[in-house]
Amino acid sequence: MKNSHFRIPLNRRQMLAATLMASTAAVWAADEAPEVFVKRITNETLDIIKADKALRGGDVNKLMQLVDDKVMPYVNFRRMTSLATGPAWRKATPEQQKRLQDEFKILLVRTYAGALSQVSDQVVVVKPLRAGQEDKNLVVNTEVRGKGDPIQLDYRLEKTPGEGSGWVIFDLNVLGVWLIENYRTQFTKEINAGGIDALIASLVARNKTNARNS
Amino acid sequence: MSSVRNRWVFGLLALVFLALQGCASVKSADVRDPWESMNRRIYNFNDAVDTVAIKPAAQVYVNVVPSFVRTGLYNFMGNLGDVWSMANSALQLKGQHAVESFMRVSVNTVLGLGGVLDIATEMRLERHKEDFGQTLGYWGVKPGPYVVLPLFGPSTLRDTVAFPVDYKGDVIRQFDDQATRNSLVALRTLDLRANLLKTVDTVKEASLDPYSFVRDAYLQKRENDVYDGNPPSDFDYSDIDAP
Repeated sequence: MKNSHFRIPLNRRQMLAATLMASTAAVWAADEAPEVFVKRITNETLDIIKADKALRGGDVNKLMQLVDDKVMPYVNFRRMTSLATGPAWRKATPEQQKRLQDEFKILLVRTYAGALSQVSDQVVVVKPLRAGQEDKNLVVNTEVRGKGDPIQLDYRLEKTPGEGSGWVIFDLNVLGVWLIENYRTQFTKEINAGGIDALIASLVARNKTNARNS
Repeated sequence: MSSVRNRWVFGLLALVFLALQGCASVKSADVRDPWESMNRRIYNFNDAVDTVAIKPAAQVYVNVVPSFVRTGLYNFMGNLGDVWSMANSALQLKGQHAVESFMRVSVNTVLGLGGVLDIATEMRLERHKEDFGQTLGYWGVKPGPYVVLPLFGPSTLRDTVAFPVDYKGDVIRQFDDQATRNSLVALRTLDLRANLLKTVDTVKEASLDPYSFVRDAYLQKRENDVYDGNPPSDFDYSDIDAP
């Protein structure tokens, strides 16, 4: 039975090859596996940083631009912000929701860019997917390895069939800490003290201080 | 000498508990943090000590000591820490982790010049950090209220109870010469803080209220560590936008 595929006539072999290629391409476009998706976008980002002197030097504005271009398209930021805000999100006006998203985004992108400015020779290892997870809420565990102890970095994804890469990120876990859960307390405290507008005002103030200090 | 120091530590802990008792009636917004007003005061104290003493010392350490020496010291401290991790892996019946930690310590101590080189990691023997607080957590002890310890920082009632055991089990305590012990403790503090220089700045930049940000992160992280990276989540991720 070894080499039996050589007996297939040429035209049929070509057809088979074409079909196989077409189907893998279709599978890739529609159904990229979640761990493959995470591996691809993290490696793309790391490769750009490693190849660029200004980025490696920790140029925060340029890093923020990179995060905006390369990472944010894969993030459902509206969902992130609404979950961090909690029930008060539903009572906010569309304008308030927009401002909240914009300011929260500046805060997170700056933080993320600050972390990326530490990139030197790290590699990201994507761990095998844990079984029994749902497509609506699926965790991909990764580890950033470089100098020192490995850094746990996990992504929470939801499937978006037929849209973009088929997956979007809506929460991030750094060293065992989920961001949305941690920001829920921060946001709730401000909302309880002075409503959504107070929360927006504190985010604006924090972003201004951060911009001054960098 | 050793008993004098132990008494001092236990005395400190007793004082903390007394202080906490006194604060137990203060109302707090978070059920996990009934002693918030007390904790906040200790947090501010720790932050002040850090700003004037520990952080500047760590910055000097980073600027003066060459990077390869710092890496060597970091590896050396990590190797000592692996011994206690091994004991705690065993206490949690994690046989493979205990064996791997044992191999890490053997390889790094013998081939890595007493732990200065981390050859085990190069050999893909991963570090599994475990302490007695995690061991208690593994056996079902709940974290209890959040506690900020003077100088030592974030903790919980469970981790505070575990603290004297971790202190006893610390390999640095086994060195006979007191001067050596003290130098090692000071070096480890510098090493720890030096590696956190960027992290602490980031936490302060990323948060609206650093105290509760650090608290929530600590509580999440400890839960994460007890479950080796995959804790059960009770956070409600259902879509808030949905009607």
